[in-house]
Amino acid sequence: MSVIYVLWLREVKKYLRSRVQIVASLGSPLMYLGVLGFGLGPVFQRAGEGKYLQFMAPGVIGMTVLFTAMFSGIAMLWDRQFGFLKETLVAPVPRLLIMIGRTLGGATVAVLQGALIFVVTLIAGFRPESLLAVPLAFLVIALIAVIFSALATAIGSSIKEMQGFQMVMNFLVMPLFFLSGAIYPLDGLPRVLAALTRIDPLTYGVDGVRGLLTGRTHFGVGLDVAVLLGVGVLFVIFGAWRFSKLEA
Amino acid sequence: MSDHPIIRVQHVVKSFGKVTAVNDVSFDVHPGEIFAFLGPNGAGKTTTIKMLTTLLHPTSGALELDGLDPTTHATEVRRRFGVVFQDPSLDSELTAWENMDIHGVLYHVPRQIRRERAETLLKMFELWDRHTDLVKTFSGGMKRRLEIARGLLHTPKVLFLDEPTLGLDPQSRNQMWTLVRNLNKAEGVTVFLTTHYMDEADRVADRIAVIDHGRIVATGSSAELKQQTGTDSLEAAFLQLTGTTIRDESATAADQMRQVSRVWRR
Repeated sequence: MSVIYVLWLREVKKYLRSRVQIVASLGSPLMYLGVLGFGLGPVFQRAGEGKYLQFMAPGVIGMTVLFTAMFSGIAMLWDRQFGFLKETLVAPVPRLLIMIGRTLGGATVAVLQGALIFVVTLIAGFRPESLLAVPLAFLVIALIAVIFSALATAIGSSIKEMQGFQMVMNFLVMPLFFLSGAIYPLDGLPRVLAALTRIDPLTYGVDGVRGLLTGRTHFGVGLDVAVLLGVGVLFVIFGAWRFSKLEA
Repeated sequence: MSDHPIIRVQHVVKSFGKVTAVNDVSFDVHPGEIFAFLGPNGAGKTTTIKMLTTLLHPTSGALELDGLDPTTHATEVRRRFGVVFQDPSLDSELTAWENMDIHGVLYHVPRQIRRERAETLLKMFELWDRHTDLVKTFSGGMKRRLEIARGLLHTPKVLFLDEPTLGLDPQSRNQMWTLVRNLNKAEGVTVFLTTHYMDEADRVADRIAVIDHGRIVATGSSAELKQQTGTDSLEAAFLQLTGTTIRDESATAADQMRQVSRVWRR
């Protein structure tokens, strides 16, 4: 237990100390919120869909969590050759505990970053329907964070080169975001796109958060949470397996 | 020496696909001794250390550390050694103290002992007045000293040092070896080191093994190696044993990253 705790604490401490990084990582969510949120707002409104900011704020929170969690994968690549990872790999503790500590740490950081963006959306004018639903929404956010933090661990354990991570960003992270329904409604999509959105775990995450915060949901919060839990278990097992195979 | 060797390597082979990095290597290291493992780049030094430290499994042959097989008793073996790798393995975003503390937790050192020993070691390695500073503000020599101190926190029986003085100035190197020597005397910890600086090996090592192309080409004390080769310095003996051809290592992913990191860390 203490092993998981110190490794978790390490990630959180590092996050809280990296003030510059915190501010820098607000950049892209702010851009989406500002440019897309206000730029597409009038069109959205005219299409009879209501306030766009209200619609996309949960999507931007989901995006932030996805990006932050996936970046812990790049940190691991680095860590492997020039950092702390090797220190943990020769320690007399099971790999599984190390993986859990790191993954939970990465997930916690992603949730904190999501919370920060949530506050930003509030300032921008986003209004949750009920304050009571906010803690529940954060449970869904935590699930999203664990899923992608575990996926990042799996990827970080499987690729060796920095270039590989560039591929992951372009061919995995960006599609995960754009296919998630974070920035457009899921109804009436062309069939291929609709099918793709359905295999993206983030879709259910964003839908769940949106459902809880605004009452608007495509699949229903129950189904969202069920899918997230299932995928979460699967990805954690996958991540643990890849991490156990990692050669220093 | 009659006592049982603390490290025993017998006919060990390690192949990566078609490349044989370590080819039928055998040697013993005795408890309390400072053992230098020398060889040109790509000779198989790091591979051997990785096998002894449970990070790689040998293709064939037998390994033993304190009577235990690293391949089958990884956890028990890991408790018994400390290691300083060629590439840094500190967390530079944490303080020196935090790096020590996490290590203590990972090695199940009880809190009270952990704190006392961390303080003792940091003082000994002249890092105590900076123990609350982030490691990224440390000089190369300080980082290396911290890594050694950390590797000793759980009172290991063997300390592996893989090119610990690479990139350090003569003052730092000198200080580091003095500290290692003192510790070896005070605590009886066996030291297994690799280095490219022959003067260091000459000065600190009780016994030396020279490896080339994955094979051991000589073992003995510095004096014995000189005598064996009819040379008057260890450097000359080393060149005599391993030749003067320059070894080009094939650039691996790790080497490329090493390049990038040098630029990034300026």
